[in-house]
Amino acid sequence: MASLISCPHCGARPKEEFTIKGAVLSRPAADAGHQAWTDYVYLRDNPRGTHREYWHHTSGCRRWLVVTRDTVSHEVGFCQDAAAAKLAEVRP
Amino acid sequence: MRYSALSILLNGLTGNRGWRAAWRDPQPKAHYDVVIVGGGGHGLATAYYLAREFGIANVAVLEKNYVGSGNVGRNTTIIRSNYLLPGNNPFYELSMKLWEGLERDFNFNAMVSQRGVLNLYHSDAQRDAYTRRGNAMRLHGVDAELLDRAAVREMLPFLDFDNARFPIQGGLLQRRGGTVRHDAVAWGYARGADSRGVDIIQNCEVTAIRRENGRVTGVETTRGFIGCGKLALAAAGNSSNVAAMADLRLPIESHVLQAFVSEGLKPFINCVVTFGAGHFYVSQSDKGGLVFGGDIDGYNSYAQRGNLATVEHVAEAGKAMIPALSRVRVLRSWGGIMDMSMDGSPIIDHTYLDNLYLNAGWCYGGFKATPASGYCFAHLIARDQAQETARAFRLDRFERGFLIDEKGMGAQPNLH
Repeated sequence: MASLISCPHCGARPKEEFTIKGAVLSRPAADAGHQAWTDYVYLRDNPRGTHREYWHHTSGCRRWLVVTRDTVSHEVGFCQDAAAAKLAEVRP
Repeated sequence: MRYSALSILLNGLTGNRGWRAAWRDPQPKAHYDVVIVGGGGHGLATAYYLAREFGIANVAVLEKNYVGSGNVGRNTTIIRSNYLLPGNNPFYELSMKLWEGLERDFNFNAMVSQRGVLNLYHSDAQRDAYTRRGNAMRLHGVDAELLDRAAVREMLPFLDFDNARFPIQGGLLQRRGGTVRHDAVAWGYARGADSRGVDIIQNCEVTAIRRENGRVTGVETTRGFIGCGKLALAAAGNSSNVAAMADLRLPIESHVLQAFVSEGLKPFINCVVTFGAGHFYVSQSDKGGLVFGGDIDGYNSYAQRGNLATVEHVAEAGKAMIPALSRVRVLRSWGGIMDMSMDGSPIIDHTYLDNLYLNAGWCYGGFKATPASGYCFAHLIARDQAQETARAFRLDRFERGFLIDEKGMGAQPNLH
């Protein structure tokens, strides 16, 4: 994995400053039903290749980020603020 | 050919020209009763017990690389059965009992060494937790001893007992735990299975699973189509991808776990010892190298290599436990891909397809489980019924809320 990660707020920062949480999943509605919640909590695509995941810039701006990373080459691609990513999803 | 002292002597006298390959290199047949995907420890053990215990020898083991190229040759060789929960403990104890008779059983020297596994504790709370674990083990008929500081000091005088942050108060010892030469486990099972008629087909990657009317009919591979009566998946590390060929989505993430070996040293650590204040475990191989490891890197990976931050973290934990390690040079490090399940426990179960069976989710505890995993998976495949010690390892336990969460971490696989 690259030693430097481009945080949208802090610029290029050492990767040790970040904590990786895991896959970006969309949370079902509270009343979405048993199957939807089982899928969300337990089941994973676990892709070999491009993976969108939540990172926390723990030792920097402390913002949640959405990072696109390749699970085979460990190459880090696009890195954006999680709130901005969410807004982009909501927009038509 | 049976290996014995006599066979070594006779072959030695005749220039060692009589040895044959330990297993054949057969062409795949058009159809098998059982096809096992994955020629690692678990797949080979499954084939071995299918042939030896359950009378099913028309079996193929398909391995995309070579036998022993995956996790069975990448772990830190530790065996133990010091589990707390009722769903886990009898299964791992079955595994320990199988380890104890394994070399005679499959006529191969796997260097099973019951040198003891010692888990250190550093606080009163941790001592209480280990007391509970030790009692749970003893209630299940497993050996466990709680050692105080003096007893640990006698075993391992070089530990940092008076570490300012994590002083060592004692440890939980399982004397029957220890190490096994991991490659020999793969070779022994491969040879044992092969000699009973199982075809071990290497460099044969499964690319698709063919289905008709809710049943699997065979697999497409890089060496052509192979039909099967039953299909068994034992492809830990890649379980999600293989299962996806049958439209099965698993409660698993693939993560990388690194391991290390140092330069050869004179005998100095005579057991397996683990740090209780961080994740670090070390033993000394018979060649003298210290074999050690720590946590998974903590992110999804299929790369079989990790990052330096984790190397540094492992080294720090090791030095906090054994200050002398600061003088030791590391020779090699490598990574293996773990099936991290959502509760830290494995899956040995049927699937929604009648004749598709799944063995997955071993997290980083798969090696010690190899014999029992093979035995229980073979039992399931042969009799369509879970072996009694593996009944809790259901695929639907997540949905039904019957998790086996040994560490109490919840559905966060990078924390198990």
